Amino acid sequence: MTARLDTTTGSGMRRAMGNRSLVIGLFLTVFFAGMALISLIWVPYDITQLHIADKLHTPEPAHLLGTDHFGRDILSMIMVGARTSIAVALVAVGIGMGLGVPLGLWAAARKGSLVDELIMRGNDVVFAFPSLLIAIIITAIFGASALNAIIAIGIFNIPVFARLTRSGALSLWTRDYVLAARVAGKGPARISIEHILPNVTNLLIVQGTIQFSLGILAEAGLSYVGLGAQPPIPSWGRMLADSQTMISFAPHLAIFPGLAILFTVLGLNLLGDGLRDSFDPRLRRGRE
Amino acid sequence: MFYKSIKAGLLGATVLAFGAVAAHAERSDLTIAMQLEPPHLDPTSAAAGAIDSVVYSNIFEGLTRFAADGAVIPGLASAWAISGDGLTYTFTLRSDVSFHDGTTMDAEDVKFSLDRARAEDSSNAQKALFAGIHDVEVVDPLTVKVTLAEPNGSFLFNMAWGDAVIVAPESVGDIKTNPIGTGAFKFANWVQGDKIDVIRNDAYWGTKPALEKATFKFISDPTAAFAAVMAEDIDAFAGFPAPENLPQFEADPRFQVLVGSTEGETILSINNKMPPFDNVKVREAVAHAIDRQAIIDGAMFGYGIPIGTHFAPHHPDYVDLTAMSQYDPELSKKLLAEAGFPEGFKTTLKLPPPSYARRGGEIIAAQLRAVGIEAEISNLEWAQWLEQVFKGKDFGLSIVSHTEPMDINIYANPDYYFQYDSPEFQTVMAQLASESDPEQRSDLLKSAQKMISEDYVNGYLFELAYPTIANAKVRGLWQDAPTQAVDLTGVSWAK
Repeated sequence: MTARLDTTTGSGMRRAMGNRSLVIGLFLTVFFAGMALISLIWVPYDITQLHIADKLHTPEPAHLLGTDHFGRDILSMIMVGARTSIAVALVAVGIGMGLGVPLGLWAAARKGSLVDELIMRGNDVVFAFPSLLIAIIITAIFGASALNAIIAIGIFNIPVFARLTRSGALSLWTRDYVLAARVAGKGPARISIEHILPNVTNLLIVQGTIQFSLGILAEAGLSYVGLGAQPPIPSWGRMLADSQTMISFAPHLAIFPGLAILFTVLGLNLLGDGLRDSFDPRLRRGRE
Repeated sequence: MFYKSIKAGLLGATVLAFGAVAAHAERSDLTIAMQLEPPHLDPTSAAAGAIDSVVYSNIFEGLTRFAADGAVIPGLASAWAISGDGLTYTFTLRSDVSFHDGTTMDAEDVKFSLDRARAEDSSNAQKALFAGIHDVEVVDPLTVKVTLAEPNGSFLFNMAWGDAVIVAPESVGDIKTNPIGTGAFKFANWVQGDKIDVIRNDAYWGTKPALEKATFKFISDPTAAFAAVMAEDIDAFAGFPAPENLPQFEADPRFQVLVGSTEGETILSINNKMPPFDNVKVREAVAHAIDRQAIIDGAMFGYGIPIGTHFAPHHPDYVDLTAMSQYDPELSKKLLAEAGFPEGFKTTLKLPPPSYARRGGEIIAAQLRAVGIEAEISNLEWAQWLEQVFKGKDFGLSIVSHTEPMDINIYANPDYYFQYDSPEFQTVMAQLASESDPEQRSDLLKSAQKMISEDYVNGYLFELAYPTIANAKVRGLWQDAPTQAVDLTGVSWAK
């Protein structure tokens, strides 16, 4: 594949590279999402059953990725753990978008007003806190659970989307078609929804992908310190924490969940990069 | 600056040279790590076992003391006489004992210590040890007469506890930060969050220890503990927290692994007052749902002895009652159905930080799920656990190791966190307290063990093992833990 592309022009190369990160990112993302989906209907072994007698097997045909310290199949754990990671990250990004985007649109529509100031300075305050620290505080107060982890991660997604939406929207408010809509008598709320929102969607999808990967990392981090999903719900982060003292004699316990986190986050970042490249009109024009 | 660095280089060379010389001589210092740091250093006013680990026998001594095998032997009292009615104990004190600040230890100090511990406003964590004392009388500077309200067969045993050590009125004021005792080591320095240094007490009355100085280091994280031992940053680790690493140390000629017994009965505590656990059938169902061996293998990597009651298996009066609660999920389901829960029920399983609890909890939750009991796990820090479970009694199930020696009497306290309230059991404990005939005592202890086993008060899991990892050349460490103590008085380095 590459041999033929190498002979093409420089701009073709760049395009292929852009596409390549999109393709690899998409492949990795679909792979892990697929694993999570499959785990809903089938996993190789039931992970709620412990088989202490079969503990710490290294990878073998019966257990492709080996077994953990309770004799659970690591492949099954990673599949179900993917579900936990993706669910937490998805809902967290949903919270961030669901609250951040309307706030950003509102602030842009009322640029310079008190509302704008309140929303954006409020966002600055949330943004100023180290997000994981606050997540730890939230889970310490309300108890450790997947739900509280979702809320904690979600809250810190709000200012990200609010800022992005506002800055994107501000540049759109000066466009002629918005002016035309205003002349036609449409109110700011209607303009925001009908004309502004569709035009910032590209930005939101790209940022959403990035936030999604950060959400997966945050969930793994919280679970690692014991503040995420509680047992018996498997989580990649907790798998890492559990395997910590066994890493010297059973490294596969840590390697596989570690790789799962690595490739999921890498995949989502590549996907985000690829999407940005293909959405961004300036980059697209440069290529052609 | 250049000159300075030359000086530093010279200094370094000198240190190296001296170090090389010292390496040939016998080492006389020891760095021993443990997992928990004591909150302060007064063993007479707190239950925290980490305090005793540092100060017991090293800094503070009592009238009697525990030997490495758990036997009660003379401490500061060289001999004692017991009156025929068992009510009066006349202790003869050793004559050449002085505290680390130079003041002499005499009968007045003993009277002060015992009166302080049993006073109305005393903050002693084990006031029950002193409850039977009617009067403490100074006969002469080296003789103390203790009169009991009624005969107490375990009085000498009680006096061996870390909570009953002898302190001096002159120095008790800041005992928490600067403990002054009579022991073979003097407190030197405490770097909070890191270590406590002690140095040899050259005025010690007994056999002088081989070590000139020792450092207690506190490493709570199991991974860091493993790394510290492997890198030989520490010479020993008492109570190593990760049993899964022991085979590696055993295979390594640099180290020796001592796996001793403890007084730690690890139990699945059941809230006996909280429905449905107030029904003995439900508790019995829980007991039969548990596969002890799986827990020992899965959580402790095989280190631990199954128990069927709240008693240490190495004790001569231990009765093996594990058959009372053998693993039988079918029987468990049947019992649940009889108790009115054919579909099972939901409850909470609150776990403190040690790995026996966290890992054991996951295994027990899976085993309970298999019979229909859905136990929702919440992992708590120690402070939260003490608040919610131990004080608040807001729990269904919990897992904890009870490490005090001979603590079966906790079942006689209906306010104790698992809230077992049985008048028959309380009667047996009252009889035991006033019985001094060894045979009668043995019978009472055995029937007490059977009672709590038949009432399925708690799920009895295993006796905690006590793994100590040490440099292969270290000699004289305690293998077993008859009380919480890291006694360094007999420790030395092999040549």
